[in-house]
Amino acid sequence: MAKVLLLQGNQACAEGAIAAGVTFFAGYPITPSTEIAEIMAKRLPEVGGKFIQMEDEIAGIGAIVGASLTGKKVLTATSGPGFSLKQEFIGYATIAEVPIVIANVQRVGPSTGQPTAPAQGDMMQARWGTHGDHPVIALTPASVPECFTLTIKAYELSEKYRMPVLLMLDEIIGHMREKIEIPDYDTIEKPVRKGPRVGPSEFKAYEPDSDGVPPMADFGTGYRYHVTGLVHDETGFPNGSPAATEKLLKRLHEKVERDIDKITMYEEYKLDDAEIAIVTYGGTARSAYAAIDMAREEGIKVGMFRLISVWPFPEKEIAQLAQKVKVIVVPELNYGQMVGEVKKAVEGKVPVKPMSKYDSEPISPKELLEFVKNL
Amino acid sequence: MEKLIEKYYRPRLPHIWCPGCGNGIVTSSIIKAIDKLGLDQDKTVIVSGIGCSSRASGYLNFDTVHSLHGRALPVATGIKLADPELNVIVITGDGDGTAIGGNHFIHTARRNINLTVILFNNNIYGMTGGQYSPLTPTDSKATTAPYGTLERAFDIAELAKAAGATYVARGTAFHANMLVDVIAKGISHDGFSLIEAVTQCPIYFGRQNKKGDASAMLKTQRDNAVTVEAAKKLSPEQLEGKFKIGVLHQSEAPEYTKQYQAIIDRAQKGAK
Ligand SMILES: Cc1ncc(C[n+]2csc(CCOP(=O)(O)OP(=O)(O)O)c2C)c(N)n1
Ligand code: SF4
Ligand SMILES: [Mg+2]
Repeated sequence: MAKVLLLQGNQACAEGAIAAGVTFFAGYPITPSTEIAEIMAKRLPEVGGKFIQMEDEIAGIGAIVGASLTGKKVLTATSGPGFSLKQEFIGYATIAEVPIVIANVQRVGPSTGQPTAPAQGDMMQARWGTHGDHPVIALTPASVPECFTLTIKAYELSEKYRMPVLLMLDEIIGHMREKIEIPDYDTIEKPVRKGPRVGPSEFKAYEPDSDGVPPMADFGTGYRYHVTGLVHDETGFPNGSPAATEKLLKRLHEKVERDIDKITMYEEYKLDDAEIAIVTYGGTARSAYAAIDMAREEGIKVGMFRLISVWPFPEKEIAQLAQKVKVIVVPELNYGQMVGEVKKAVEGKVPVKPMSKYDSEPISPKELLEFVKNL
Repeated sequence: MEKLIEKYYRPRLPHIWCPGCGNGIVTSSIIKAIDKLGLDQDKTVIVSGIGCSSRASGYLNFDTVHSLHGRALPVATGIKLADPELNVIVITGDGDGTAIGGNHFIHTARRNINLTVILFNNNIYGMTGGQYSPLTPTDSKATTAPYGTLERAFDIAELAKAAGATYVARGTAFHANMLVDVIAKGISHDGFSLIEAVTQCPIYFGRQNKKGDASAMLKTQRDNAVTVEAAKKLSPEQLEGKFKIGVLHQSEAPEYTKQYQAIIDRAQKGAK
């Protein structure tokens, strides 16, 4: 039966994972993400799943990579310093095509920074944190209900494209409490992994279908295949030839690029007649709704384009937005990160104004309203 | 042996190992142990890190993971805990397992999760061309220790035991049959097992330290190894410069995945 609860964003993320069919969590505690681990520690055994607190964040993500190979849906959760430690395995899961989900509840950095204060300073680390060329999928919830639904979505994408998906929360969203209607989990469609359609003798572990994604066999089911972080060919075995290298890297990118329209998610709020567009995401979007409502009362035509998927960046949509409005404002809790992407997409067609805040406080609706009025 | 090769090795020759390298001997000892125990090939997973030794996973016909440098144990832990039915065997090097992976090593031992770790100890970083590792003996030459190493080496068997491993053994490439035996015992043991396999890297450790060719290095293994049984009869002076081989430690402790299953049973009772 569906029920209405008052939950934190972190709780909704954990419950979303359970609803999506997650049965394995490994991680290391870090504020402001710790609640996710704590909830999983309690909830997973109840549903027959496993939780393990590892010795560090590297081990946490390593363990979920291992568990995913056995066919389980898996989660780890962390924040800034821990997110840095996870980067090498994010690259591994990308090249070895192991579906995993990582929640990063952002706090002020660099380094230990301000552990309990919100920030959105890891947006570029999400994009480029691991070394080498690689595609990335990252989602940013802006409410407690969206923590739940986007977590489920993260599994859909991660299983479909066989790659890591990043859930980029921030401290505002992770710790905020809101009413949320939770459906009966049995009614939720569980994302499924595409399995092999041929027997072990014909199976080539990394031979893609036409969607660019190879079917994935669970360990222990007789397919006996090799998983490596080395460049490999369709057999899964190392092949360092220029042709194999280019082919693999291209495929990894293209499986995402090809589906960018399906992956891209955004919300338009009062944009229809807007002359000013606020492009933002996550916790900062909360203030934008309020600021827009106040501005509208004063007759200012402003609306919001809220990024829900941030990576891959919705360049096409932002370019279209630039055709419709006179100016774009990008408020974010960092020194200016996604604003650069917006500028790139806008190509100078309209002014793009960063509104960066990095003093550990959220941007208030009033501040944003003032900013818009002073444009 | 021919039959073993066909059954357990992937047809992927040539391998990357240098002539005279001990890795082939240790790898075939693992295979012989698996065969001796009759493990279900479809239910056996081999996980390795990064290094010459860790390349072994790619040559073996199982579900195999060539993971990250130092990180085989977390991946193996995830596999074993997610599916305790699988036999999970870990192949690691002295650098992989005790330097970059040292923290994972002690914690995995402490948990007593049922993994069997075969640590190929060639006293050097082979893959990257001969730098010193935490298992390089003091005063050895390495490309990063042109004046000799200052650091003291771990006794990895003692470290494993102190960290909570419930099965610890040592073998050598020279004593290959005994190595098969201690690996088989480790796989059968219900808990965390470490088998240190002393092996030779004639190319980087041997050359820099004037240890002779592969056969000379194998002879050194023969001459310096003393079985656990024989060692009991020798004085500390007689044991100077020698190392023990055989089963060094075995004890009983609850195994992690079984303990976790008990938690699931409890939680599910409580939930309903
Ligand atoms: C994070 C990281 N650091 C460094 C390396 C480079 N590297 C590859 S193998 C290796 C050492 C391997 O030594 P060991 O584990 O003893 O294995 P061996 O080659 O001797 O069998 C190093 C330092 C790497 N691959 N990844
Ligand atoms: S470098 Fe040393 S350890 Fe590596 S394959 Fe050659 S002999 Fe073996
Ligand atoms: Mg070595």
